[in-house]
Amino acid sequence: MHKSIERIKQMVVKEFIQIFRDKRMKAIIFVIPVIQTMVFGYAVTTDVNNIPTAVYDLDRSYESRELVRRLEASGYFSIRNYVSSPSEMQDLLDRGKVTMALQINRDFAEDLKRRTPTSLQILVDGTDSNTATVAMDYANRVILKYAKDVAGKTARLPVNVDLRARAWYNPELRSKNFNVPGVIATVIMLTSLLLTSMAVVREREIGTMEQLMVTPLKPLELILGKTIPFALIAFFDMALITSIGVLKFDIPIRGSIFLLPVSTAIYLLSVLGTGLFISTLARTQQQAMMAAFFFFMPALLLSGFVFPIENMPVAFQYLTFVNPLRYFLVIIRGLFLKGNGMVILWPQMAALFVLGIVVLALSSLRFRKRLG
Amino acid sequence: MKLLRIKAIAQKELIQIRRDPLSLAMAFLMPVLLLLIFGYAITLDVNNLTTIVYDLDKSSLSRELISELTASGYFSVVRSADSGKDIDHYLDSGKARVALSIPSDFSKNIRTGKTAQLQVIVDGSDSNTATIALGYLSALTEIYAQRIGGGRITPLIEPRMRVWYNTELKSRNYIIPGLIAVIMAVIAALLTSLTVAREWERGTMEQLISTPVKTPELILGKLIPYFLIGFIDMVLSVVMATFLFGVPLRGNIFLLAMISSVFLFGGLSLGIVISITTKSQLVASQISMVVTFLPAFLLSGFMFAISNMPKPLQIITRIIPARYFVAVLKGTFLKGNPLRILVVDAVFLLIFGLVVFAIANRKFKKKIV
Repeated sequence: MHKSIERIKQMVVKEFIQIFRDKRMKAIIFVIPVIQTMVFGYAVTTDVNNIPTAVYDLDRSYESRELVRRLEASGYFSIRNYVSSPSEMQDLLDRGKVTMALQINRDFAEDLKRRTPTSLQILVDGTDSNTATVAMDYANRVILKYAKDVAGKTARLPVNVDLRARAWYNPELRSKNFNVPGVIATVIMLTSLLLTSMAVVREREIGTMEQLMVTPLKPLELILGKTIPFALIAFFDMALITSIGVLKFDIPIRGSIFLLPVSTAIYLLSVLGTGLFISTLARTQQQAMMAAFFFFMPALLLSGFVFPIENMPVAFQYLTFVNPLRYFLVIIRGLFLKGNGMVILWPQMAALFVLGIVVLALSSLRFRKRLG
Repeated sequence: MKLLRIKAIAQKELIQIRRDPLSLAMAFLMPVLLLLIFGYAITLDVNNLTTIVYDLDKSSLSRELISELTASGYFSVVRSADSGKDIDHYLDSGKARVALSIPSDFSKNIRTGKTAQLQVIVDGSDSNTATIALGYLSALTEIYAQRIGGGRITPLIEPRMRVWYNTELKSRNYIIPGLIAVIMAVIAALLTSLTVAREWERGTMEQLISTPVKTPELILGKLIPYFLIGFIDMVLSVVMATFLFGVPLRGNIFLLAMISSVFLFGGLSLGIVISITTKSQLVASQISMVVTFLPAFLLSGFMFAISNMPKPLQIITRIIPARYFVAVLKGTFLKGNPLRILVVDAVFLLIFGLVVFAIANRKFKKKIV
């Protein structure tokens, strides 16, 4: 037993020397999580604001300027251009310079003063359907609010329902709160998959696997020696992303921080198992890299990382049950945002654990077979 | 430069590709798989939001409100709560995303002309879905109030909305053209980023160096076969997008083919540069992630609108070729943009390709170090 641990230790040391022999690897292992966290913290926001807007104001009245001012003050729209012809509007939309164009007709102020209903033309670039839907909703609200204010109390509806909405867990609805914890899950998967599978195949490709096999190293020790370094890197990534998230982006950790390494460890079983499995399929590093991607992309898309699982067709929803990323995302977001504990998270943990054991066992078996 | 030598290198590369049918199969299956997932499985359209209702009023008016919500298709009631605790539990465990509680004086207030209140709690952790859910809810309660109030008062201003380019606002039409750019970027990176590093690692580079082949010939020879694979992928993607998913292709298809070739040339050359400078497949794979995949996926405007990003990041996106290609694809598919509009993007892609190709030539040393 003692000797076995010693051998694994030697193997891990060798592996680390090999990984970091290339100075750039140190930078990469640090840079990938940092870039992803930064991008998801700053850039990847599905919050819609500053919608580039063009205004074609034929009325040029106090009222029309007031309406435009209110649109801009809402924070949702940023007026980029004042145009003087319909063709200019068309051109700006065609070029994608603006997403929305608002046309205020000549008698706008006149109509408002006489309290006769008037209309506004709004053109929306529907290319980005999501932004377009939200933009129309916002524009509607701002305009109707303005109309109500102009009309005064006379236009009170006979029935008034007041909707008091609150958002739990993320009251300001910041998308970084949703995304940054998710980055932990995706970075660990992408890096571990690529590194594990390529590192094993590399030995085979450059012919050093034979050398390893003549050493007293047993297959299981070889597997452990090959996976432990990448597990350690994954833990490092997890800690790094969590620190950036908390310190830089004020992501709350409402649950027990102790559950974070525990669940990461459980998650790693499946991820490293899959990496090992890919290494048994691939003969070259090229194949390993492509296969890792072949697994990673669907896993990423069918995990709920960006696209909610409930919106998928039922058949795909079932498919997500074999996706380790799915469970880990629920766990990690529950931990960060909802303050969930074991009481709520245990089914996810259990599923992830079972999945991990199965994947790891199968690929270890296959790995040993390939060695023999 | 001799055509013969370029041809010889291209042939050698082709033979190597043929010997690796697994990689080749994956190079063709990757776009198909991604398009299928994006076409069939994924949608940004929000509906069937799991909802828990806590109806303390239990009147015909409250039931009518609930059926207004479910009939819209946006909300599906998964449970009628018996207590406030139920709501906590359903939201905490993620079994419901929306909780609606109707106070006991709801119908009384409506009948007496007072303002009736509704309490709504949404699970904000997915901020995007939450925002959309709130938008639907306020619109539906408005409609409900107008309906039971007996007809609507015409608002003083009626906003007339028209949607261009993607009239039905299908998220598929929005995502798939951009996705093609991402696929191309990823394929380009996967295919070429290892090709030179592999020769160094396996020791076959020494053999190549001892031949009379010159640097630009070697690089071009290596590019050509991968260019063919990339181009087939491109055709495959466009065919699937138009025929399988019915994304309208309104622009000029030859123009699209031209600009795609330019983009592929740049993407593949970038892969070669990575491969030349790293000389190690492991490092190359990681660097091509940082340089190609992540920017193409996150900063190209393929899904996440660039106008929403903070200013410094918006400036960074200007040096990302995928950004221009995404604009070209969306413009060609949905807007039917002519060359006059696409020319800026096309010129950038061309400059990018030429610069990267030049770098590849400079960086590659036909020397054993």
